[in-house]
Amino acid sequence: MKDELKKRLVKGPDGVEFEVDPLRDYYCDARPQVEPPAVSKIVEDFFNWARAESLWILGFATGCGAIEMRPLMTPRFDAYRFGVQWRPTPRQSNLFIISGYLSTKTLKRVIRSYEQMQSPKYVMGLGSCTINGGMYWDSYNTIKRLDDYLPVDVYVAGCMPRPESLLAGFEELKRIIREGKGEGANKYAAEFDRYKANQKQVIHDWDMPDYNW
Amino acid sequence: MQFDWMKIPYALLTLFIVINFGYLLNSFIAKIAARVGRRRGIPIWQTYIDVAKNYGLRTSITHGVMFYLGPVFRLSGGVGLLLFVPSIYGSYMFSNLSFAGDLILALYFVFFGTLGMALGAAESGHPYSAIGITRGLSQVTAAELPFALAVFSVALQYQTLSVTDIVAAQQGGILHWTLFTNPLAVVAAMLSLLGSMMRPPFDVVLAPQEIPIGPPTEYHSSYLALMQTNRALFPIAKLVIYMNLFFGGATDWPTFFLKVFLIYMWSVFVGVSFPRFRVDQSIRWFLIWAVPIGILSIVLV
Repeated sequence: MKDELKKRLVKGPDGVEFEVDPLRDYYCDARPQVEPPAVSKIVEDFFNWARAESLWILGFATGCGAIEMRPLMTPRFDAYRFGVQWRPTPRQSNLFIISGYLSTKTLKRVIRSYEQMQSPKYVMGLGSCTINGGMYWDSYNTIKRLDDYLPVDVYVAGCMPRPESLLAGFEELKRIIREGKGEGANKYAAEFDRYKANQKQVIHDWDMPDYNW
Repeated sequence: MQFDWMKIPYALLTLFIVINFGYLLNSFIAKIAARVGRRRGIPIWQTYIDVAKNYGLRTSITHGVMFYLGPVFRLSGGVGLLLFVPSIYGSYMFSNLSFAGDLILALYFVFFGTLGMALGAAESGHPYSAIGITRGLSQVTAAELPFALAVFSVALQYQTLSVTDIVAAQQGGILHWTLFTNPLAVVAAMLSLLGSMMRPPFDVVLAPQEIPIGPPTEYHSSYLALMQTNRALFPIAKLVIYMNLFFGGATDWPTFFLKVFLIYMWSVFVGVSFPRFRVDQSIRWFLIWAVPIGILSIVLV
């Protein structure tokens, strides 16, 4: 563990000494809970429709696939037509696009960002690398199957997929959400131990709480 | 003076109309901006869906009491601004809760939301929020100066602090508008409007590409939905004041919608034409160009 994350005594400007435990003081490490859907089916259907028609993507790019998202913001493909928007902060986003290969170093940041997103949240695996490692299948520092570490809702296969396939992926994801099957966040909470064990297997310098928001 | 209770449902009706108009106008303006960039842009009902989704999220976390109160303050700033100024001149239903000194109160409410936001954003503990709100407060302060000067100039000109009286003085033809009787005040106020509408070139505070989205970095779910409601309401409420003070007010809803839309379009025209200012540049711009015009208008009156 890094030195700055260890428990230590700090002297404040007013001369009072107090103990600081960065991992406990700055993060909440409560486990995620399974969040039940709304009681009434009509309400839940309406919310699912709204969630499907208003996908806010976290502007976080892991690999080369990020280059395919730029044309979607510009006149040629213009994903805003379909209610897809990009947000700069995980708090406001619902959709996490893992765009291409994911190195173990990035995986750590991806997990932290994913856990900061609010439920219900969705993950899209973009490119072959997220399915089976793709052309990085024998690399020593990328993960092979994204589904082992985060609950993936929809994959867009290809190396690289064109922006059109991303749009098709959005439509597929919308269908999944409308049918009420976009429950990745609840799956993550229910099988939390399995996901954490998988994550810890590849991240060797685990210097954060198990769950951080 | 006795209070007329029927005013409360009427005021709520005004609120309802204005919020819906604000939602539609916001997505319409986004569509116009997209067309300028040769995109098709969001559907016209997208703002409603976004708000519904944000209310429908299952989890939300808090950072403390002020974190709750930030969006509430912001929304009450917008509601207060709207309700203490007559929306439709001469209409009993839509004159809201206006009274003799409402101009001063309105000036205060313009600032109220930003201050509430500052408290809430500070509580969230995110460094980006703190930077964002520092930028926001300094820019809004600089932008408010010419507006305050213009308001004082108009109040001096008509010798009253009541918005209703100011509108009454402007009735009877387009040449009675403050726009023609006191053009310098209007110019100063319109320059100040650019700064408070959160559109380019003065949107460095909220721009997603800058310090990520500024003050609302930590806000999500219902908090964000409240703030989105305010983003629909507040610009309209502010434009109502502009309309009443400088452009003769409105005597019916179609005139109201048209005037508010046209005044909004002024900031949109400037926004799509000019690149973004940094905060230090925008403060300097307001102090050099807008404030002297405001002072001049007071001196001339």
